[in-house]
Parts: sequence; C-alpha cells; structure tokens
Amino acid sequence: MENIRDEAPRLFYDTTEGAARMQNDVVLTMRGISKLFPGTRALDNVDFTLRRGEIHALMGENGAGKSTLIKVLTGVYGKDAGSIHIEGIEGEAPIHSPQDAQNAGISTVYQEITLCPNLTVAENMFIGRTDGAIVNWKDCEKKATAILESLNIPARAKQELSSCSLAVQQMVAIGRAVDMNCKVLVLDEPTSSLDEQEVSMLFKLMRDLKSRGVGIVFVTHFLEQVYEVSDRITVLRNGKLVGEYPVAELPQLELVAKMMGKDLNDLEGLEKADRHTSAATETVYEAEGLSSTARRPFDFRIRRGEVNGFTGLLGSGRSESVRAIFGADRITGGKVRVRGKAVKITNPHEAMKHGIGYLPEDRKRDGIIADLSVRDNIILALQVMRGFFRPMKRSEMEAFADEYIKELNIKTASQNTPVGSLSGGNQQKVILARWLLTHPDYLILDEPTRGIDVGTKLEIQRLVLKLAEENMSVTFISSEIEEMLRTCSRLIVMRDGNTVGELTGDELTQAHVMETIAGGGVQHG
Amino acid sequence: MTTVQPALNHRRREPLSDATLLMLIAIGIFLVMYASAVILMGGAFQKPQQFLDLFNENAALIIIACALTVVMIGGGINISVGGIIGLTCMACTKFLEYSAPQNSVVAVLLTVLLALAIGLAFGLFEGFMVSYLEIQPFIVTLAGMFLARGLTTILSVNPVKVTHEGFQALVKTKLQIPWLGYVAKNGNLISAKLEIGAIVALLVVAAVWLMLRYTKLGRGIYAVGGNRQSALMLGINVKRTSFWSYVISGVLAGLAGLVFLMHKPAANASIAMRSEMDAIAASIIGGTLLTGGVGNVIGTLFGVMILAAIQKIIGLSPLNESWWQDMASGAMLGIFIMLQSVILSRRGKRGKAEASKG
Ligand SMILES: Nc1ncnc2c1ncn2[C@@H]1O[C@H](COP(=O)(O)OP(=O)(O)OP(=O)(O)O)[C@@H](O)[C@H]1O
Ligand SMILES: [Mg+2]
Repeated sequence: MENIRDEAPRLFYDTTEGAARMQNDVVLTMRGISKLFPGTRALDNVDFTLRRGEIHALMGENGAGKSTLIKVLTGVYGKDAGSIHIEGIEGEAPIHSPQDAQNAGISTVYQEITLCPNLTVAENMFIGRTDGAIVNWKDCEKKATAILESLNIPARAKQELSSCSLAVQQMVAIGRAVDMNCKVLVLDEPTSSLDEQEVSMLFKLMRDLKSRGVGIVFVTHFLEQVYEVSDRITVLRNGKLVGEYPVAELPQLELVAKMMGKDLNDLEGLEKADRHTSAATETVYEAEGLSSTARRPFDFRIRRGEVNGFTGLLGSGRSESVRAIFGADRITGGKVRVRGKAVKITNPHEAMKHGIGYLPEDRKRDGIIADLSVRDNIILALQVMRGFFRPMKRSEMEAFADEYIKELNIKTASQNTPVGSLSGGNQQKVILARWLLTHPDYLILDEPTRGIDVGTKLEIQRLVLKLAEENMSVTFISSEIEEMLRTCSRLIVMRDGNTVGELTGDELTQAHVMETIAGGGVQHG
Repeated sequence: MTTVQPALNHRRREPLSDATLLMLIAIGIFLVMYASAVILMGGAFQKPQQFLDLFNENAALIIIACALTVVMIGGGINISVGGIIGLTCMACTKFLEYSAPQNSVVAVLLTVLLALAIGLAFGLFEGFMVSYLEIQPFIVTLAGMFLARGLTTILSVNPVKVTHEGFQALVKTKLQIPWLGYVAKNGNLISAKLEIGAIVALLVVAAVWLMLRYTKLGRGIYAVGGNRQSALMLGINVKRTSFWSYVISGVLAGLAGLVFLMHKPAANASIAMRSEMDAIAASIIGGTLLTGGVGNVIGTLFGVMILAAIQKIIGLSPLNESWWQDMASGAMLGIFIMLQSVILSRRGKRGKAEASKG
C-alpha cells in the first residue's frame, strides 16, 4: 500500500470512497507546483489536495518547502509552474497577492507573525478586510473584543500590538484568520509559541471550523499535535512530494522516516539523549534577590557543567527570569556573582563580557539580521565578544560557519545566502549556532528548538548535553516539558511570576512537574 | 500578572501610545515657550493678534507639514513640496496677470483649480515613480524639487506681483474676531484677524487627522509605514496605499502654494525656498518618526507653532539676525530628537519587558 503511493502519489484519492464524490468535496487543488529561488529548488512538481471539512497536516523537515507552498497558494510568491484550483472558481484561481487570496476565501496565519506592531489589536484583526473607504473602528473594536473573549486571548482591542507578548500576537493572528468566512484556513506553525492550554483552545476551534466544512491546512513540528487533530498528512522532502496518507495509516515512526527520507531501521540511531548530572561543585553564576522591571526578586545559582531549566506556563515569568540574568530588561536590584566574584550586569554587553550567552525567544525581534549572510550572522556574537578592533580572518569565519552549518544541519544554498531567505527553522538554527560558537561559560537558551524539526531537535538536545559534559553551564527553557526532562538535571518551576518549586533527581517526572505547575508545590518567592 | 486578565477590563484606559506621548510633549513645550514669552517679553506678545499671526503667517507651512506627516508615516519622504509651492505661486500669478478673465469669481476658481492641478500632477508623477517603479522616494522627490524650481524660473526670472482685483479682494477678506481685538489709542476697536489661508490650513489639519484616523487609506498608511511586509500579508494593497500618500502630499503642496499667494500676493523664483525642511522639522518635532508608522498631524501643527514661535521670539529680541533663528530652530530640533529617543528607548525597554512575558 505504502509503496504504491510513494511511486504514484499524483491524483491519489482514498480508495474506500468513490472518486467522484471525493472530487466534489475538494476545495483546493494544487497541481505540479514548482518554485525556484536563486540556488534552491524550493518546490519541485508538488501536488496538494484539500477537502472540505478536513484538517490536513503538511509535514516535512526544516526547509522542505512547506511555507513556500503556502506562500505560493496565497499569492506571496508567484509560481514557476503548476496550477491552482479553488472550488467555486472557474479555471485557474486568480490569486496574485495575499489580498486576492483573502477575497477567494483563503485565510492564512503565516509562520512569521505578520502583523503591524504599531497598530492596535483590533486594527490588526480587521485592516485590509473592510469594505468602503471609511472604517467604523468602533464596530471593529466591538467585534475584536468579542473574538478576543471567545478565544480567551489576553489582550484588549485597543491595545497597541507591540505591547503584546509573542504568544498573544500569535493568537491575535489566529483570531484574525478564523474570523473570516473562509473556505480554506491555512495555519503555518501556529502552535510554536503557544502553551498547552492555548493549543487545546486552538484545536477546539479548528474542529469547530472543520465541522462547518472549512478545509484546514496545518503545519507543525509537534508530532503529537498532528495525530491529535489531523485527518490526513501530506509529506514533503527537499521540495518534492513524498505522498499523501490518511493519518490512521501512517504511524508516527513511519512519518518521521518519510520526512527524513530514511528507512525505518535507520531511525534506531535516533535514540534519545540521556540527561547528565554534573559532578563539579563550583558555582558559575549566582544571583541573590535579582529583579528587573519585568521580574520580581529571585535567587538563582548554577554550577559548572550543570543543565537546569525554568518551566511554567506562558506568562509565568520564565523568560523574564533569564532576561534579568542577561540584563536584557532594566535591572532594578539584586546581587550577582560570577565565579564567586561580585559583578554588575545591567545590559547584555556586560553579560557577554562575563561569559554569559543568551539565545532569545523571539528570533525575529532580538536575533536575526535578515539581510546579513548566514556566515555573518553566525560570527556576530563571537565578533562582539572579541571586540570590533580585532577582526577575524576570513578563512577562520568560513571554517566556523561551515562547521556549524554541518553540525546543525542548516539548509542553505551557501554561507553567503542572506538569512532572511532561509526557512523559519533554519533561521532558528543559525541563531543557535551563533551562541554555540562563542562557547560561553554559561549559556541561556530560551526555546532553542522552536520550529525545529524532530530529527534536529534530538540533535540539539544531544549537543547541549555534550556541551555540559565539556563543562559549560546551560539554562534551558522549552514549552515541551518532555524535552526539558530529557536535558535538565534541575528544574525551577514558576507560576504567576513566582518561583513555586525546584525539582531534582527522582522528582523529575512529567507528572510531578505538572502537579507543581498546577499548584501542588510550596508557594514562596 | 495584570496583562493576563484581558477581556474583563478591556474598558480600562490604554497607556499612551508613542505618537500621542510625543505629541503631548510638543504641545507642552509650545505652551511653556509661549507663556514664558508672554510673561518675559510682554508687549506685543500679549496681543491675541500676535497668536493668530502664527497661523496667518505659517498657513502654507502648516499644510505642507501635514503633507510631510502623511508620507513620513507611510515610511516615505517628500522634499519637493517647497518647490511645488514656488511653482504654484508663480504659475497662479502669471495666470492672474495675463490670462485670467475679468470676472473675479471665475478667475479665483480657475486659480484654485490651477494650483490643485499642479500639485496633483506632481503627486501622481512622484507617487507612480516611488510606489510602482520602486525608486527611492528621496531621489524621486529631489528630482521633483529641481523640476519645480526649474519650471518656476522658466515662467519668470523676475519677481511678479498679483494685481488682479478679484484675487486682491480675496486676499483682503479676513475673518474678524472682535472679542479678541483691542481698543486703539484713538478709541476705535481693532478686531483680531484670521486670514482665509489660516482657516484653510486648520481645515486641512482636521481633514488629514480624520483621514489618518478613520479611513481605510489612513490606517493602511500607518500599516505600510510600520511594517511593509506585514501590511502586504494583511491584505493591504501596499503600492496603492503609498501611491495615494504621495498624491495627497502633492495636492496639499499645491494648495499650500495658493495659500502662500493669498498671504503675500507676489512671486519670485526662490519663493518658499527651504520650506520643505521646515515641514520635515515640524513633523519630527510633532512626533512623527522618520522611520515610519508613527505620527500625528495635531502634533505636526504644534511642531509648526513651535518653529514659528521661536522665529517670533527671536525676531522681537535683540538677537534678530536670521542666523540666530536658524541656530535656535536647529538647537530646538536637536534637543527634541534627543528627548524623543531617550523617552522612546526607556519606554522601549519597558515595553519589551512587558511584551516578552512568556
Ligand atoms: N525568499 C526566499 N528566497 C530564497 N530562498 C528561499 C526563500 N524562501 C524560502 N527559500 C528556500 O526554500 C526552501 C524551502 O523553504 P520553506 O520556508 O518553504 O521551508 P519550510 O518547509 O517551511 O521549513 P521550516 O519548517 O523551517 O519552516 C529553503 O531551502 C529556503 O532556503
Ligand atoms: Mg516554514
């Protein structure tokens, strides 16, 4: 069965039902889509079929071409070959811009949040969609408030978007998309910055839309989520179609094998990393009563070679804690010692001078410089640490860049490619490489595996543990508790801006962590 | 964490946006400056007419500053507005002198149309070049400026005066405000006067304010200036939006030319020289960011008022040389921009902290 599909994926319909009936249920057909970028064949003769009332997962490794397929569909990119048909529209769908796509009933949440930070939440939800020259913003605000309430989004309609957290912005983008009377809803990694509660809310919404006959395209790197909501899976690899499968017929391991293009047997090599407990006793970093404009005073210390983590729901203050350590927010008090010596860290530069590295949560805002090449982005932090007056040799830079492109499996045409043209997951890897390269004594990673595919995720976990063995201290934050449990030997649990527990050793189990987050632990801090 | 309790208290007042904050600073500074001038320098400053003259004398500047605010919010720039004023003044003067009909109403109407048509032509041309051919706005409008100045000189190298009676009548028409007047030495009541141009300028401010705030185009301009790529993805026709922002600025510049002529019915080749720079300065002082996406015409109005007040204060002080004016305006602009960036970066740090709760 599998093999037949792999060889002849084109125009394949579920055999259990009549092809004619299926044909009627199809809302969107993309045939033979190709898209070339300079140096990359992003899509090569790809077919995609979406039916009414189905949730269709689009899967593939970083750089497989998922986002490109979506952007071709919504008119962001023109296609080099192929055709797109939408139910109810005769002939080739007339989509040349995102505006056309909206008018044709396709609403989209793009991978990178594409909202305007200087407008209000309500404006972001309704701009570009209103009729007539004059907009009744009062009315829009009312409608926006209703949507915000129904989706439980913690934002106000009149709030400026730039003052919302990443997760809220993501929810606003979703709120905008689901509000339209759409035929097709496209969600490109909508869950990468959401926590469990929000994800389940989103899934409820998706099922609701599905029952109303909307066809949903869903991209994610969380396999459990795929199996929780999807009906069908299309797999892409290196810009080519691998096949389309009903979820029930594609077990998780097989899906991974198809995404990576490996045999099932080869996957044995992907054994999970084992967490490692540091034997050293030297404290590398220690804070007492550290507080910032965004974080209440807290104590914290980390030993040489230790991997620890902050966990808690979104908004619990885990990112604020590490931002305070790195001096990324305004520090309002506290004592800090680095390797036993009292120091002052009030801005990122000082933190870097004391050997602290920090991979921020929001790559678009704090990390990536889109127009610079992959190499320059990787070199950046090291260059800052060395000082601009001691420039690196070109050959040295190239060697570093090569090493990490290989190690992290960064998919790029060359070192000179501007980072902005890499796929989302590969951009994330570039920033990760930047910090790994500096070899700090103490590295803080805030959601380092966001948007990164399964294979590479395990690779990164293993890398972190290897660095710890080489005596680097690491603080790791991830929304996936499982990932934290696999890497951290100590977990600090946070709730509502307070530390509510610290788990080590045998306490490090999923159940225990959940319990502490939910309120089983002692309240202090 | 308060931000995580949304819907419940959505009626709560929103914190000031950057644009509003910058605007309030501009208004505050103007009030302080003017009040201290009234107190310290007394005399002329105490007359309300002096205040109204700020509008009378700077009506054209107010209008082009609004034009600049619109394009700057959209992430662009237009340095041809001064040139367009010059060309409009010259063209209208020549028209009134040589080919206008005797009937005053018709003549005035045609003059208005001519002024607007010149502005519109420049706006369409520049908007097309910038938005559809994607040429740098600075370069396009620099070319527009040279073109306008060149055409002005072609029309006449020598200064010309408007003598047309119909137009002269228009120039002399002023809104009399008796209750702001004063009693002269001979016992006559002298009303305070507001020129038509000043009224037009204030109407333009109101219209642009409404346009930016309530229309689809207006919000689109903010979106495009804030993040072009996102605006595109949000389904905004980015090119058309930026095109219209240039058309609006062109038409406003034409109107400003007419208003300029109504204040001083004469033209020469270097009329309104450098006024585009004053307009940019006024916009910035009023809180419009050169980077786009942030701004407000009410702030811009006060930006003009601040520049005009500086001019007046220095003009009435012992330092009434033009370089003192320039230096004071320059210093003011410098202080302002520093103040803005300090405030914004402090807010930015706080805002970031708030935004990254996760
Ligand atoms: N604007 C662009 N210019 C040049 N190359 C591009 C551009 N956009 C994408 N690419 C290339 O096309 C390929 C596919 O990218 P795409 O963003 O579709 O991947 P993806 O499957 O969405 O990956 P991810 O899971 O990381 O989001 C990548 O190799 C990428 O480098
Ligand atoms: Mg993608």
